[in-house]
Amino acid sequence: MTISAAPLPRAAEPPAAEAPAKGNRFSSWMIFLVVGIYFLLPLAATFYWSLRAEKGKLGFEAYRRLFSDTGFLPAFSESIVNAVAAITLSLLIIVPTAYWVRLRMPKLRPVVEFITLLPFVIPAVVLVFGIIRLYGRPPLLLTATYDSSRVLLVCVYAALSFPYMFRSVDNGLRAMDVRSLTEAALSLGANWVTILRDVIFPNLRVAVLSGALLTFAIVIGEFTIALFMAQHTLGPYMANLTRSKVYEPSAMAIVAFAITWAAMGMIAYISRERKHR
Amino acid sequence: MRPPRLHLGNWFGVLPFFVFSSLFLIGPTLILAYRSFEGLEGGLTLDNYRQLASPGVISAYGMSIRISLTTAILGGLFGFLLAWAVSLGRLPGPLRSTTTTFSGVASNFAGVPLAAAFIFTLGRVGVVTRLVESFGFDPYESGFSLYSFTGLSLVYLFFQIPLMVLVMLPALDGLKRDWREAAENLGATPGQYWRHVALPVLMPSILGTMILLFGNSFGAHATAYALTGGMFNLATLLIGQQISGDVLHNPGLGYAVAMGMVIIMALSILIYSILQRRSERWLG
Repeated sequence: MTISAAPLPRAAEPPAAEAPAKGNRFSSWMIFLVVGIYFLLPLAATFYWSLRAEKGKLGFEAYRRLFSDTGFLPAFSESIVNAVAAITLSLLIIVPTAYWVRLRMPKLRPVVEFITLLPFVIPAVVLVFGIIRLYGRPPLLLTATYDSSRVLLVCVYAALSFPYMFRSVDNGLRAMDVRSLTEAALSLGANWVTILRDVIFPNLRVAVLSGALLTFAIVIGEFTIALFMAQHTLGPYMANLTRSKVYEPSAMAIVAFAITWAAMGMIAYISRERKHR
Repeated sequence: MRPPRLHLGNWFGVLPFFVFSSLFLIGPTLILAYRSFEGLEGGLTLDNYRQLASPGVISAYGMSIRISLTTAILGGLFGFLLAWAVSLGRLPGPLRSTTTTFSGVASNFAGVPLAAAFIFTLGRVGVVTRLVESFGFDPYESGFSLYSFTGLSLVYLFFQIPLMVLVMLPALDGLKRDWREAAENLGATPGQYWRHVALPVLMPSILGTMILLFGNSFGAHATAYALTGGMFNLATLLIGQQISGDVLHNPGLGYAVAMGMVIIMALSILIYSILQRRSERWLG
């Protein structure tokens, strides 16, 4: 589920196609408007609702209440830390793997690619019960305390990011001459850690950003796994809020949408910049 | 240059990846697969799989399949039309990049906030519900409910349509202009071009993506849970109810339901990738 980017403007059709072209454009607009209304209505309604927290006037009271809610900031910051940790962990595993597969073990590529796609095959609700079954009792007891569960959660999130991370890192590696860079570094006496850290990774920075941002967007509000692992992150917090408050959840939904939009907007911007260079 | 390394040494480079995947993806799934053959009093048995045929499980699977089929077909249809409109339909250029970015956002905007947004829109006191009521028509009196098959399908389309758009846009871009010109030179109408050239070429991609949408909806849990509080007859929700619930508690059955789900997801991804590969022959 990749994000394809950058519009390719199409040249005008030859004049012969003039007559059907008009019909084309009208039906395109109709489709665009109908689907557009379906997508904008829930967002507009939620935004309108979020402005009505104070009786008789429109204002940002719901947002003020949300941000001053005692549960919000801890959950939010915990989710951010989890997301950043998961992204870092995922990079530490995927970058060397993708590099090594490209350089030395191209035959292993289908296997690695297949494994990175497993998060699409194993639904979150299935994976979390597998995790609980495996780590919920000796000998691998890891769910005993909140903090060890949290470490487990971050590991699962890192695994969930594999499909996105592997693909963007691999695309980045394709764009550079991995073999020559490696041979040059080796002949200068660099070891593998130095090569990865000082040669490969700096060249991948832009490529990994899209994978990292996508992971961030998915992990920040993740609900199912956090719920069954009893973590106090943003997802379960939002669900609680939806049950217990009237206006704050609408502000929350708008904020969540804005975060997702920011992440995706940055990805679109980055890939457009890269194409234009 | 260093001397060439031993072949065995190569494996150390990919070892962390395989260990990590085994610990957090493969291992947990295998242990569920194993436990799904375990009876309530221990011992290996097929009882859990026999219970998959019980009415409760069948109706949960049935509802999941109905919702997934409906949203795959409708999401596929509207997603295809939208992708066509912004790529070949001569709309102003910026609409295309807006649609692409928005699709990226909406396809990832699942879960609790999505459920909340629809509750504020079409819930019992939602803004649109109220608006329609003010015209003298009460949708909830006439049988509509957000917490039903129709409602859930409507919510799922919010992430289904954008996924279709994201996969179909590159496929539509792959249609060669030469084909259209060749068809026109041979006297084909636009309708004939679509029926005999464009659609047959696109068909594997369209079908494959719709199967992907099926899996996408089939495995969705957070949105349904947040919308209905987990009290809805859906396969993903049933897993949670059986394994960690108080009322229904039969972990073995929950694991069997989970395995059934993994098999359906694996099949849908497999068919998707086969069809996608076939379409790349033409559109790649």
